[in-house]
Amino acid sequence: MAAPCVFCGKAVSYRLFLGARVSLAREQGLWKAAAAEVQTGTASQILRLRHTTVVSTKKNIAALRRETYTLDFIKKQIEEFNIGKRHLANMMGEDPETFTQEDIDRAIAYLFPSGLFEKRARPIMKHPEQIFPKQRAIQWGEDGRPFHFLFYTGKPSYYSLMHEAYGKILDVEKHQNQLRAQGLFSEKTKTKDLIGSRWLIKEELEEILVEKLSDQDYAHFIRLLERLLTLQRGGAEEEFVQRFRRSITIQSKKQLIEPVRYDEQGMAFSRSEGRRKSAEAEAVVYAHGSGRVSVNGTHYLRYFPVTQDREQLMFPFHFLDRLGKHDVACTVSGGGRAAQAGAIRLAVARALCTFVTEEEVEWMRQGSLGQEFRQG
Amino acid sequence: MPPGPALPRLLRAGVRPRPQLLTRTTPGPARPSGRTLGSAAAPAVSDPEGDSGLNDRILREPLKHSDFFNVKELFSVRSLFDARVHLGHKAGCRHRFMEPYIFGSRLDQDIIDLEQTAAHLQLALNFTAHVAYRQGIILFVGRNRQFSHLIENTARDCGEYAHTRYFKGGLLTNAPLLLGPMVRLPDLIIFLHTLNNVFEPHVAVRDAAKMNIPTVGVVDTNCNPTLITYPVPGNDDSPPSIQLFCRLFRTTINRAKEKRRQVEALYRLQGRAGAEGRSPASAPSPGA
Repeated sequence: MAAPCVFCGKAVSYRLFLGARVSLAREQGLWKAAAAEVQTGTASQILRLRHTTVVSTKKNIAALRRETYTLDFIKKQIEEFNIGKRHLANMMGEDPETFTQEDIDRAIAYLFPSGLFEKRARPIMKHPEQIFPKQRAIQWGEDGRPFHFLFYTGKPSYYSLMHEAYGKILDVEKHQNQLRAQGLFSEKTKTKDLIGSRWLIKEELEEILVEKLSDQDYAHFIRLLERLLTLQRGGAEEEFVQRFRRSITIQSKKQLIEPVRYDEQGMAFSRSEGRRKSAEAEAVVYAHGSGRVSVNGTHYLRYFPVTQDREQLMFPFHFLDRLGKHDVACTVSGGGRAAQAGAIRLAVARALCTFVTEEEVEWMRQGSLGQEFRQG
Repeated sequence: MPPGPALPRLLRAGVRPRPQLLTRTTPGPARPSGRTLGSAAAPAVSDPEGDSGLNDRILREPLKHSDFFNVKELFSVRSLFDARVHLGHKAGCRHRFMEPYIFGSRLDQDIIDLEQTAAHLQLALNFTAHVAYRQGIILFVGRNRQFSHLIENTARDCGEYAHTRYFKGGLLTNAPLLLGPMVRLPDLIIFLHTLNNVFEPHVAVRDAAKMNIPTVGVVDTNCNPTLITYPVPGNDDSPPSIQLFCRLFRTTINRAKEKRRQVEALYRLQGRAGAEGRSPASAPSPGA
């Protein structure tokens, strides 16, 4: 406040600035009564005091800068957007009912061509939800009473979540104590539910709660949930915890296995492809053979003089202990010496899957089969 | 009944038996005297009876009785003793300003004087009830993590608010920035624990005093009672004691709100019937 004043009325008026409701008549009455009590103050002093009360309503500059969009305003914007969308569709000669956002973008780019480099500065026409930032609605009613009972903590959603989680822990512990008292308690561990899922990350939690969190808050919450998991819980608690777990997208377990094919002589073989850097290879592996390998029509000893490359070719057989049991005929192009060797190796490994059991396919998946990612 | 010697001199300042037309001795509105600081300057003499709105009648009626909500019946010295409210900390933890409230010390543990506690608790509950009756916002504050869940449940059950978490610096003093531009601050803050987790006075005690928000607080023997408007000397570490206080506050607030609803309904009916001169039919003390 401005000047310190022993005047008791000032305290009341300060509370007024913070939004406490007092009827106007009573306020003036207080002031009149208060002014009457001041015997020593001069007339100008009283006038000045009156003036400061009326004028100085503390405006919150920072909050005004953050523009608040009322619900009515947003609703009006949405209506205008929908009407504008239909007009645009008519202009472009399209059907207004099936006019999607991509069509809108294309239409705007056509009607308002812009050479600006900054894409965000070009004309856009999007749904108001995407343009106006999401804000929290006003959190108290007409009488000023907040709706949420933890409003004064500053982070009501987060703390009510903590409150709920802790309440569940207490319930489970109480239930366990009751069972122990009756002698019906039995130790059981269920951990299989956790495999294949991960905890929510901090950003996802912030998005759900629409509130900023600190790292300690997030860590505290995860610790609480893990504590709930260590207890034996029932279905409701399980559901509550699963809300905060996300499944990890697992790579498809299915390795495409080529079916066995038979050529003119009745020999069983399998053909597949492999790529490494810029080399592409196609390998035909015969079910029964003596370990002869031919690359592009020539013997592999001729084609790959370097031992390392030949070892690459042998690796899949060596891994499955089938070194002298298959014949291979392959074609390869592109890349360099080592790249071609790697491509053939991958193709051979894939072809071998046909002749091999499921478990061995799993083993091979660890190293031999998942190799098409490194493009160099 | 006139406040006896159990009440400290300061608290008796505004409560004087007056030679009035009213036959009952009432703690009427305090006249601005040297002792009472920051009291409302509404002069009792020229009370404007001009706007005889229903609202004014509703608000003025409870102030004419000393214990309108009958909070005395909610507890007794015996019930406080059974809830272990009299147990304080060791003599080494004693705060200088709590010495008036301490009955004595046994085996080096301070024992709180339950007669004084009862008197203070009655004042505190009466004030809470009046604030709840006038639809004020009540905030429960406590930083002891053992009872955080209980306090939040208590607040939710009586429809009020709680803050038992980390208290951000300018929450009360810089509320427009932290909570929203036109936020309404609490009209009463109830402290179940006056100290925070490092045994220092809770920041909200000082901030409430700065913002002229009255406070009710359970003060243990190691707490500073000076900044709290209605201190209640008592144990804040035992579960039965805190459960008793929570139950008492919850009952008073619910009772006061129920009374308000009844009175509003009654006056609305009367207003509709159109007879202004009829006095309120119900007795001042609410039924259980």
